[in-house]
Amino acid sequence: MNILIYVLFGIGLTFNGLGSFALLRFPDVYTRLHGATKCTTFGSIFTTAAVIAYGFARGGGAYHTLAIHAIIALIALLLTNPTGAHAIARAAYRSGVKPKYAVVDKLEEKK
Amino acid sequence: MIVDPITFFIVAACFLLFAIFSMVRLGLGPTAGDRIVALDTINTLVVAGMVVLAAAYNEVIFVDIAIIYALLSFVGTLYVARYLEGGL
Amino acid sequence: MLVFLATSLVAYVLYLILTMFTGSVGLWSTGELIAGAVLSLIAGAIAYRVAFEKERKGEKNSLRVLNPLRFILFLGYLVGPFFIAMARANIDVAYRVITGKIRPGIVKISPNLKTDLGITLLANSITLTPGTLSVDVDEENGDLYVHWINVKNPEPSPEEVCGSFPYWARRIAE
Repeated sequence: MNILIYVLFGIGLTFNGLGSFALLRFPDVYTRLHGATKCTTFGSIFTTAAVIAYGFARGGGAYHTLAIHAIIALIALLLTNPTGAHAIARAAYRSGVKPKYAVVDKLEEKK
Repeated sequence: MIVDPITFFIVAACFLLFAIFSMVRLGLGPTAGDRIVALDTINTLVVAGMVVLAAAYNEVIFVDIAIIYALLSFVGTLYVARYLEGGL
Repeated sequence: MLVFLATSLVAYVLYLILTMFTGSVGLWSTGELIAGAVLSLIAGAIAYRVAFEKERKGEKNSLRVLNPLRFILFLGYLVGPFFIAMARANIDVAYRVITGKIRPGIVKISPNLKTDLGITLLANSITLTPGTLSVDVDEENGDLYVHWINVKNPEPSPEEVCGSFPYWARRIAE
Protein backbone atom coordinates (compact mmCIF):
# COMPACT_ATOMS: atom_id res chain seq x y z
CA MET A 1 0.00 0.00 0.00
CA ASN A 2 2.83 2.37 0.90
CA ILE A 3 4.59 1.74 -2.38
CA LEU A 4 1.36 2.36 -4.30
CA ILE A 5 0.96 5.76 -2.62
CA TYR A 6 4.56 6.73 -3.36
CA VAL A 7 4.21 5.68 -6.99
CA LEU A 8 0.98 7.65 -7.41
CA PHE A 9 2.61 10.75 -5.89
CA GLY A 10 5.63 10.30 -8.15
CA ILE A 11 3.57 10.10 -11.35
CA GLY A 12 1.37 13.02 -10.27
CA LEU A 13 4.28 15.28 -9.41
CA THR A 14 6.06 14.46 -12.69
CA PHE A 15 3.05 15.48 -14.76
CA ASN A 16 2.30 18.58 -12.69
CA GLY A 17 5.91 19.65 -13.12
CA LEU A 18 5.72 19.09 -16.87
CA GLY A 19 2.52 21.13 -16.97
CA SER A 20 4.05 24.17 -15.33
CA PHE A 21 7.20 23.70 -17.43
CA ALA A 22 5.04 23.63 -20.58
CA LEU A 23 3.74 27.08 -19.66
CA LEU A 24 7.27 28.46 -19.91
CA ARG A 25 8.31 26.53 -22.99
CA PHE A 26 5.51 26.70 -25.57
CA PRO A 27 5.17 29.68 -27.93
CA ASP A 28 1.52 30.83 -27.78
CA VAL A 29 -1.72 30.73 -25.76
CA TYR A 30 -3.21 27.62 -27.39
CA THR A 31 -0.18 25.38 -27.09
CA ARG A 32 0.33 26.57 -23.50
CA LEU A 33 -3.27 25.61 -22.75
CA HIS A 34 -2.55 22.14 -24.14
CA GLY A 35 0.35 21.66 -21.79
CA ALA A 36 -1.15 23.33 -18.76
CA THR A 37 -4.65 21.82 -18.81
CA LYS A 38 -3.81 18.26 -19.76
CA CYS A 39 -0.76 17.79 -17.61
CA THR A 40 -2.03 19.49 -14.46
CA THR A 41 -5.40 17.72 -14.61
CA PHE A 42 -3.75 14.35 -15.12
CA GLY A 43 -1.18 15.01 -12.40
CA SER A 44 -3.85 16.16 -9.95
CA ILE A 45 -5.85 12.98 -10.61
CA PHE A 46 -2.85 10.96 -9.46
CA THR A 47 -1.97 13.00 -6.38
CA THR A 48 -5.63 13.04 -5.29
CA ALA A 49 -5.83 9.29 -5.95
CA ALA A 50 -2.86 8.89 -3.62
CA VAL A 51 -4.75 10.77 -0.88
CA ILE A 52 -7.86 8.63 -1.52
CA ALA A 53 -5.77 5.46 -1.25
CA TYR A 54 -4.23 6.80 1.98
CA GLY A 55 -7.67 7.55 3.43
CA PHE A 56 -9.07 4.11 2.68
CA ALA A 57 -5.86 2.40 3.85
CA ARG A 58 -5.93 4.14 7.24
CA GLY A 59 -9.60 3.22 7.74
CA GLY A 60 -11.99 4.57 10.38
CA GLY A 61 -14.65 7.28 10.09
CA ALA A 62 -12.45 10.37 9.82
CA TYR A 63 -10.19 8.87 7.15
CA HIS A 64 -13.10 7.53 5.13
CA THR A 65 -14.61 11.02 5.20
CA LEU A 66 -11.28 12.38 3.95
CA ALA A 67 -11.27 9.91 1.06
CA ILE A 68 -14.89 10.58 0.08
CA HIS A 69 -14.42 14.34 0.15
CA ALA A 70 -11.24 13.95 -1.90
CA ILE A 71 -13.27 12.02 -4.51
CA ILE A 72 -15.74 14.91 -4.73
CA ALA A 73 -12.88 17.42 -5.05
CA LEU A 74 -11.50 15.29 -7.88
CA ILE A 75 -14.86 15.27 -9.66
CA ALA A 76 -15.09 19.06 -9.29
CA LEU A 77 -11.61 19.43 -10.82
CA LEU A 78 -12.41 17.06 -13.69
CA LEU A 79 -15.60 18.92 -14.55
CA THR A 80 -14.31 22.47 -14.26
CA ASN A 81 -10.82 22.25 -15.75
CA PRO A 82 -11.54 21.41 -19.41
CA THR A 83 -14.54 23.75 -19.45
CA GLY A 84 -12.36 26.58 -18.18
CA ALA A 85 -9.74 25.79 -20.81
CA HIS A 86 -12.41 25.88 -23.50
CA ALA A 87 -13.61 29.29 -22.26
CA ILE A 88 -10.06 30.67 -22.24
CA ALA A 89 -9.33 29.37 -25.74
CA ARG A 90 -12.49 30.92 -27.15
CA ALA A 91 -11.88 34.21 -25.34
CA ALA A 92 -8.30 34.33 -26.58
CA TYR A 93 -9.44 33.71 -30.15
CA ARG A 94 -12.17 36.30 -30.01
CA SER A 95 -9.87 38.89 -28.44
CA GLY A 96 -7.71 38.58 -31.53
CA VAL A 97 -4.81 36.27 -30.60
CA LYS A 98 -3.90 34.22 -33.69
CA PRO A 99 -2.27 30.80 -33.24
CA LYS A 100 1.46 31.10 -33.97
CA TYR A 101 3.07 28.86 -36.63
CA ALA A 102 -0.39 27.56 -37.57
CA VAL A 103 -0.58 25.50 -40.75
CA VAL A 104 -4.38 25.73 -41.10
CA ASP A 105 -6.98 27.96 -39.45
CA LYS A 106 -10.54 26.94 -40.33
CA LEU A 107 -12.04 29.36 -37.82
CA GLU A 108 -10.43 32.24 -39.71
CA GLU A 109 -11.96 31.03 -42.99
CA LYS A 110 -15.44 30.89 -41.45
CA LYS A 111 -15.62 34.60 -40.74
CA MET B 1 3.15 0.78 8.30
CA ILE B 2 1.36 3.66 6.68
CA VAL B 3 2.98 6.64 4.96
CA ASP B 4 5.01 9.10 6.98
CA PRO B 5 3.28 12.55 7.09
CA ILE B 6 6.52 14.19 5.97
CA THR B 7 5.87 12.75 2.47
CA PHE B 8 2.76 14.90 2.16
CA PHE B 9 4.67 18.01 3.16
CA ILE B 10 7.35 17.28 0.55
CA VAL B 11 4.67 16.83 -2.13
CA ALA B 12 2.98 20.08 -1.07
CA ALA B 13 6.35 21.87 -1.26
CA CYS B 14 6.76 20.58 -4.82
CA PHE B 15 3.32 22.00 -5.67
CA LEU B 16 4.47 25.35 -4.28
CA LEU B 17 7.56 25.19 -6.49
CA PHE B 18 5.45 24.49 -9.60
CA ALA B 19 3.09 27.33 -8.69
CA ILE B 20 6.11 29.65 -8.53
CA PHE B 21 7.18 28.43 -12.01
CA SER B 22 3.70 29.29 -13.29
CA MET B 23 3.92 32.71 -11.67
CA VAL B 24 6.84 33.50 -13.97
CA ARG B 25 4.44 33.13 -16.91
CA LEU B 26 1.82 35.13 -15.01
CA GLY B 27 4.29 38.00 -14.76
CA LEU B 28 5.84 37.74 -18.24
CA GLY B 29 2.74 37.31 -20.09
CA PRO B 30 2.68 38.87 -23.32
CA THR B 31 -1.13 38.73 -23.77
CA ALA B 32 -3.97 38.61 -21.22
CA GLY B 33 -4.77 35.08 -22.44
CA ASP B 34 -1.37 33.83 -21.29
CA ARG B 35 -1.95 35.32 -17.87
CA ILE B 36 -5.28 33.56 -17.37
CA VAL B 37 -3.78 30.26 -18.48
CA ALA B 38 -1.10 30.68 -15.83
CA LEU B 39 -3.70 31.65 -13.22
CA ASP B 40 -5.82 28.61 -14.09
CA THR B 41 -2.79 26.37 -13.71
CA ILE B 42 -2.00 27.89 -10.32
CA ASN B 43 -5.61 27.32 -9.22
CA THR B 44 -5.43 23.64 -10.14
CA LEU B 45 -2.13 23.29 -8.30
CA VAL B 46 -3.57 25.00 -5.21
CA VAL B 47 -6.58 22.66 -5.16
CA ALA B 48 -4.41 19.57 -5.51
CA GLY B 49 -2.04 20.94 -2.87
CA MET B 50 -4.90 21.57 -0.43
CA VAL B 51 -6.10 17.97 -0.78
CA VAL B 52 -2.58 16.75 -0.02
CA LEU B 53 -2.23 19.10 2.97
CA ALA B 54 -5.56 17.83 4.32
CA ALA B 55 -4.04 14.36 4.45
CA ALA B 56 -0.90 15.77 6.08
CA TYR B 57 -2.73 17.56 8.89
CA ASN B 58 -5.65 15.07 9.11
CA GLU B 59 -8.15 17.91 8.68
CA VAL B 60 -11.13 17.09 6.44
CA ILE B 61 -12.14 20.77 6.34
CA PHE B 62 -9.19 21.49 4.01
CA VAL B 63 -10.75 19.26 1.35
CA ASP B 64 -14.09 21.05 1.68
CA ILE B 65 -12.32 24.34 1.14
CA ALA B 66 -10.52 22.84 -1.85
CA ILE B 67 -13.89 21.91 -3.41
CA ILE B 68 -15.25 25.42 -2.92
CA TYR B 69 -11.99 26.92 -4.17
CA ALA B 70 -12.15 24.79 -7.34
CA LEU B 71 -15.72 25.89 -8.09
CA LEU B 72 -15.10 29.57 -7.31
CA SER B 73 -11.88 29.70 -9.34
CA PHE B 74 -13.82 28.17 -12.23
CA VAL B 75 -16.37 30.97 -11.99
CA GLY B 76 -13.54 33.49 -11.85
CA THR B 77 -11.90 32.04 -14.95
CA LEU B 78 -15.22 32.17 -16.80
CA TYR B 79 -15.71 35.80 -15.82
CA VAL B 80 -12.29 36.90 -17.02
CA ALA B 81 -12.74 34.91 -20.24
CA ARG B 82 -16.12 36.54 -20.80
CA TYR B 83 -14.58 39.95 -20.19
CA LEU B 84 -11.85 39.29 -22.78
CA GLU B 85 -14.46 38.26 -25.33
CA GLY B 86 -16.11 41.61 -24.82
CA GLY B 87 -19.41 40.22 -23.57
CA LEU B 88 -19.47 41.86 -20.16
CA MET C 1 -42.26 20.39 -11.14
CA LEU C 2 -40.59 17.11 -11.98
CA VAL C 3 -37.42 18.98 -12.91
CA PHE C 4 -37.51 20.84 -9.58
CA LEU C 5 -37.83 17.58 -7.62
CA ALA C 6 -35.05 15.95 -9.61
CA THR C 7 -32.72 18.90 -8.97
CA SER C 8 -33.49 18.79 -5.25
CA LEU C 9 -32.89 15.05 -5.19
CA VAL C 10 -29.47 15.40 -6.82
CA ALA C 11 -28.55 18.16 -4.33
CA TYR C 12 -29.74 15.98 -1.42
CA VAL C 13 -27.67 13.00 -2.56
CA LEU C 14 -24.61 15.25 -2.81
CA TYR C 15 -25.27 16.61 0.68
CA LEU C 16 -25.63 13.10 2.10
CA ILE C 17 -22.35 12.02 0.52
CA LEU C 18 -20.56 15.04 1.99
CA THR C 19 -21.90 14.48 5.50
CA MET C 20 -21.37 10.73 5.67
CA PHE C 21 -20.14 9.22 8.99
CA THR C 22 -21.60 11.93 11.20
CA GLY C 23 -24.15 10.07 13.30
CA SER C 24 -26.24 7.08 14.21
CA VAL C 25 -29.27 7.06 11.83
CA GLY C 26 -27.61 4.83 9.27
CA LEU C 27 -24.47 6.85 8.68
CA TRP C 28 -26.03 10.24 9.33
CA SER C 29 -27.34 12.20 12.31
CA THR C 30 -31.00 13.34 12.40
CA GLY C 31 -30.03 17.00 12.27
CA GLU C 32 -27.97 16.53 9.12
CA LEU C 33 -30.83 14.67 7.41
CA ILE C 34 -33.33 17.46 8.13
CA ALA C 35 -30.94 20.33 7.34
CA GLY C 36 -29.96 18.60 4.12
CA ALA C 37 -33.58 18.20 3.05
CA VAL C 38 -34.38 21.89 3.68
CA LEU C 39 -31.20 23.13 1.98
CA SER C 40 -31.61 20.92 -1.06
CA LEU C 41 -35.20 22.08 -1.52
CA ILE C 42 -33.95 25.69 -1.47
CA ALA C 43 -31.14 24.83 -3.90
CA GLY C 44 -33.65 23.08 -6.18
CA ALA C 45 -35.96 26.11 -6.15
CA ILE C 46 -33.09 28.38 -7.16
CA ALA C 47 -31.38 26.17 -9.72
CA TYR C 48 -34.02 24.06 -11.45
CA ARG C 49 -34.22 26.40 -14.45
CA VAL C 50 -30.57 25.88 -15.36
CA ALA C 51 -29.82 22.44 -13.97
CA PHE C 52 -31.17 20.38 -16.84
CA GLU C 53 -31.17 20.80 -20.57
CA LYS C 54 -34.09 22.70 -22.04
CA GLU C 55 -36.76 20.60 -23.72
CA ARG C 56 -36.63 20.80 -27.48
CA LYS C 57 -39.59 19.79 -29.51
CA GLY C 58 -39.69 16.25 -30.82
CA GLU C 59 -37.18 14.93 -28.31
CA LYS C 60 -37.20 12.63 -25.34
CA ASN C 61 -37.51 14.29 -21.94
CA SER C 62 -34.54 16.11 -20.45
CA LEU C 63 -34.39 13.99 -17.29
CA ARG C 64 -32.99 11.04 -19.22
CA VAL C 65 -29.49 11.87 -17.88
CA LEU C 66 -30.64 10.58 -14.48
CA ASN C 67 -31.09 7.07 -15.88
CA PRO C 68 -28.74 4.85 -13.82
CA LEU C 69 -27.83 2.84 -16.93
CA ARG C 70 -26.28 5.98 -18.41
CA PHE C 71 -24.29 6.52 -15.22
CA ILE C 72 -22.86 3.01 -15.41
CA LEU C 73 -22.04 3.54 -19.08
CA PHE C 74 -20.42 6.88 -18.22
CA LEU C 75 -18.29 5.33 -15.47
CA GLY C 76 -17.23 2.58 -17.84
CA TYR C 77 -16.31 5.22 -20.40
CA LEU C 78 -14.31 7.17 -17.80
CA VAL C 79 -12.16 4.30 -16.58
CA GLY C 80 -11.87 2.54 -19.95
CA PRO C 81 -11.33 4.33 -23.29
CA PHE C 82 -11.18 7.83 -21.80
CA PHE C 83 -8.46 7.09 -19.27
CA ILE C 84 -6.31 5.26 -21.81
CA ALA C 85 -6.64 8.13 -24.29
CA MET C 86 -5.79 10.59 -21.52
CA ALA C 87 -2.65 8.71 -20.50
CA ARG C 88 -1.54 8.61 -24.15
CA ALA C 89 -2.28 12.33 -24.45
CA ASN C 90 -0.09 13.16 -21.51
CA ILE C 91 2.85 11.11 -22.70
CA ASP C 92 2.45 12.78 -26.10
CA VAL C 93 2.38 16.27 -24.56
CA ALA C 94 5.33 15.41 -22.32
CA TYR C 95 7.28 14.40 -25.43
CA ARG C 96 6.39 17.69 -27.11
CA VAL C 97 7.28 19.72 -24.02
CA ILE C 98 10.73 18.16 -23.94
CA THR C 99 11.51 18.18 -27.68
CA GLY C 100 9.52 21.26 -28.73
CA LYS C 101 8.24 19.66 -31.98
CA ILE C 102 4.87 21.20 -32.81
CA ARG C 103 2.80 21.74 -35.95
CA PRO C 104 -0.35 23.49 -34.70
CA GLY C 105 -3.51 24.50 -36.51
CA ILE C 106 -7.26 24.88 -36.07
CA VAL C 107 -9.42 22.30 -37.85
CA LYS C 108 -13.16 21.76 -38.06
CA ILE C 109 -15.01 18.53 -37.28
CA SER C 110 -18.71 17.71 -37.64
CA PRO C 111 -19.63 15.01 -35.11
CA ASN C 112 -23.40 15.36 -35.78
CA LEU C 113 -24.44 15.31 -32.11
CA LYS C 114 -27.88 16.71 -31.43
CA THR C 115 -28.02 17.45 -27.70
CA ASP C 116 -26.13 20.09 -25.74
CA LEU C 117 -25.03 17.49 -23.21
CA GLY C 118 -23.49 15.32 -25.92
CA ILE C 119 -21.57 18.26 -27.39
CA THR C 120 -20.34 19.31 -23.93
CA LEU C 121 -19.18 15.79 -23.16
CA LEU C 122 -17.39 15.50 -26.49
CA ALA C 123 -15.78 18.96 -26.20
CA ASN C 124 -14.48 18.24 -22.70
CA SER C 125 -13.21 14.82 -23.75
CA ILE C 126 -11.44 16.40 -26.72
CA THR C 127 -9.76 18.96 -24.48
CA LEU C 128 -8.29 16.28 -22.24
CA THR C 129 -7.08 13.90 -24.95
CA PRO C 130 -4.25 13.57 -27.49
CA GLY C 131 -3.03 16.87 -28.85
CA THR C 132 -6.42 18.52 -29.26
CA LEU C 133 -8.22 21.44 -27.61
CA SER C 134 -11.71 22.60 -28.50
CA VAL C 135 -11.71 26.34 -29.27
CA ASP C 136 -15.19 27.19 -30.54
CA VAL C 137 -18.52 25.58 -31.21
CA ASP C 138 -21.03 26.37 -33.94
CA GLU C 139 -24.25 26.26 -31.97
CA GLU C 140 -26.57 25.83 -34.93
CA ASN C 141 -25.26 22.56 -36.33
CA GLY C 142 -22.92 21.37 -33.59
CA ASP C 143 -19.63 21.72 -35.48
CA LEU C 144 -16.55 21.93 -33.29
CA TYR C 145 -13.42 23.94 -34.05
CA VAL C 146 -10.47 22.11 -32.60
CA HIS C 147 -6.91 23.32 -32.03
CA TRP C 148 -4.69 20.41 -33.01
CA ILE C 149 -1.09 20.46 -31.89
CA ASN C 150 0.16 18.16 -34.65
CA VAL C 151 -1.91 18.61 -37.82
CA LYS C 152 -1.69 15.57 -40.10
CA ASN C 153 -4.58 16.41 -42.40
CA PRO C 154 -6.18 19.87 -42.80
CA GLU C 155 -9.69 18.43 -43.27
CA PRO C 156 -9.98 15.43 -40.96
CA SER C 157 -12.92 13.20 -40.14
CA PRO C 158 -14.08 13.15 -36.48
CA GLU C 159 -12.55 9.68 -36.03
CA GLU C 160 -9.13 10.95 -37.05
CA VAL C 161 -9.14 13.66 -34.38
CA CYS C 162 -10.81 12.00 -31.43
CA GLY C 163 -11.08 8.26 -32.06
CA SER C 164 -14.20 6.59 -30.68
CA PHE C 165 -15.43 9.56 -28.58
CA PRO C 166 -18.36 10.66 -30.80
CA TYR C 167 -19.70 7.11 -30.63
CA TRP C 168 -19.49 7.10 -26.82
CA ALA C 169 -20.95 10.60 -26.49
CA ARG C 170 -23.90 9.46 -28.59
CA ARG C 171 -24.38 6.32 -26.50
CA ILE C 172 -24.26 8.25 -23.19
CA ALA C 173 -26.10 11.46 -23.96
CA GLU C 174 -28.71 10.65 -26.59
